[in-house]
Amino acid sequence: MIEAEGLTKFYGPIGAIKNVSFQIEKGEVVGFLGPNGAGKSTTIRILTCFMPPSAGKARVEGFDVMENSLQIRQRIGYLPESVPLYNDLTVNRFLRFVASSKGVEAKRINAEIGRVVSACGLEKNAKRIIRNLSKGFRQRVGLAQALLNDPPVLILDEPTIGLDPTQIIEIRRIIKELSEKRTILLSSHILPEVAQLCGRVIIINKGEIVATDSPGNLTSQLQKTVKIVLEIGGPSLEFAQALEGMAGVQKVTMESNGTSKFLIETDPAADMRPEIAAMAVQKGCSLLELRIMQLSLEEIFMQLVTEESSEEVAKS
Amino acid sequence: MKGFWPVFKKELYVMFMSPIFYVVAFFFLCIAGFFSRILLIQVSDASFQLAQHPELGREFGGAMELFLRYFLVNLTVVMLFIAPLLTMRLYAEERKSGTIELLYTFPVTDAAAVAGKYAACVTTLAVLIAATVPGVIAVALVASPAWKMILCGYVGLFLLGCAFLSLGTFASTLTRNQIISAIIAFGILLVLWLMDWLKVFVGSVAGSILEYVSISKHFEGMSKGLVDSRDILFFVVFTAFFLFLTLRQMSSYRWRG
Repeated sequence: MIEAEGLTKFYGPIGAIKNVSFQIEKGEVVGFLGPNGAGKSTTIRILTCFMPPSAGKARVEGFDVMENSLQIRQRIGYLPESVPLYNDLTVNRFLRFVASSKGVEAKRINAEIGRVVSACGLEKNAKRIIRNLSKGFRQRVGLAQALLNDPPVLILDEPTIGLDPTQIIEIRRIIKELSEKRTILLSSHILPEVAQLCGRVIIINKGEIVATDSPGNLTSQLQKTVKIVLEIGGPSLEFAQALEGMAGVQKVTMESNGTSKFLIETDPAADMRPEIAAMAVQKGCSLLELRIMQLSLEEIFMQLVTEESSEEVAKS
Repeated sequence: MKGFWPVFKKELYVMFMSPIFYVVAFFFLCIAGFFSRILLIQVSDASFQLAQHPELGREFGGAMELFLRYFLVNLTVVMLFIAPLLTMRLYAEERKSGTIELLYTFPVTDAAAVAGKYAACVTTLAVLIAATVPGVIAVALVASPAWKMILCGYVGLFLLGCAFLSLGTFASTLTRNQIISAIIAFGILLVLWLMDWLKVFVGSVAGSILEYVSISKHFEGMSKGLVDSRDILFFVVFTAFFLFLTLRQMSSYRWRG
């Protein structure tokens, strides 16, 4: 469980985050989204007890970051953004150091290392020196060290950044497996990833939280129009005029002149598809495609982030 | 001190895996060998003259005393150079590579991290110093077996080395750049080493203060085999002070981010 209450952090005169509050329940997988420099890493560094907040309170598993930092550090697995690792050590020796630092008993260390090495697919690289590993394997070593001592809370800062597509899929698969019995906070600016892995999203921009909800709810809340994709066979210009005349239709765009593919924006209140279908039948057109276009997380995100900045422009 | 042993073991392992240690050890031992050879020749000349003018004997002491004293003083000068090289990595590298973010989110107290890192350097230095002992013993066996004096001199050398390393540890917290950290440590050590040279120019009160903070002055007695609690206290307080500064500097690093 992670709770943040009015977290604020200043680097000198520059405010990195302002009054950030949220709560993550036990067993939840939460995505922490925001553009670069929004304050994701700062918030995460406070939660992992790397740095204290300038103001506000944060608790992880019921312990306060200021007062019981050691208890928290005992219970979290953390993968920092840049995946810092001790380059001079071999994977095995590095994991041994991390395990003993985390207080794993000497007789359990080998078993524990074996467990995380196989969970992250590092068996063949365990004896290599970290300096010589590829980016993808470094990321796995970073994840493996976070998993040592089986922490109930995992905090992963941009776990898939800089990886190639197959590696990304692999890391996501590992995270998905882990999410079954852990609380996970995952920061990212890759939106589909968050939509895929997380039950809930926290969106942060310019140091402030702008939205917290499930990806599905965010989509429906923010949708100002429903976009419908329609393709018909038959006289298209005439059909477009008829569409524009319908109650509830706000805008009709033809994909390009001459084709019969339309993008129809309608009021979000009602699903217009049956009426459109009925009209197509009535006009004697054949219906080739009719579907609602889902607003992607990207669009929501852009909407939230740009809304914010246009407000600011208005203020100043 | 939760986390002392893992940090200590890791630092020691990295130290003995790194080329820095082997390069430093190679030159340190070469120079130690060079000094002992030169000093043997000079001391044997001197003792020949002493035999002819026994009235000078009281001032210079015996041949073994002369040899040990100059040998140790020369080694301390070499140590001015090598201590910063052993400690420059400690925090500068952690900060540069970002691993400090790992270390500081592990359940390891800040004090344990400082102690583990420092202890690893002290162990390394102890190994280097110990490697010079056989040569001195060989000289002592043919000259005069002044074991207590040798012991006292080496304890002094070790304490002095510990003091150097504590300052070096502190210097490595000041920057991300290992070279700069080594230069800072070396610069401060040299200034403190030469401090008593200034006493000629300042008044007697200021002069005695300068003399008190001068490292070389405190080693002088121990190199002659004199155990003075003031000298030992000086080294202990010096070490504790800089380790404390290291700890403060690193917790302020947490705040500044």
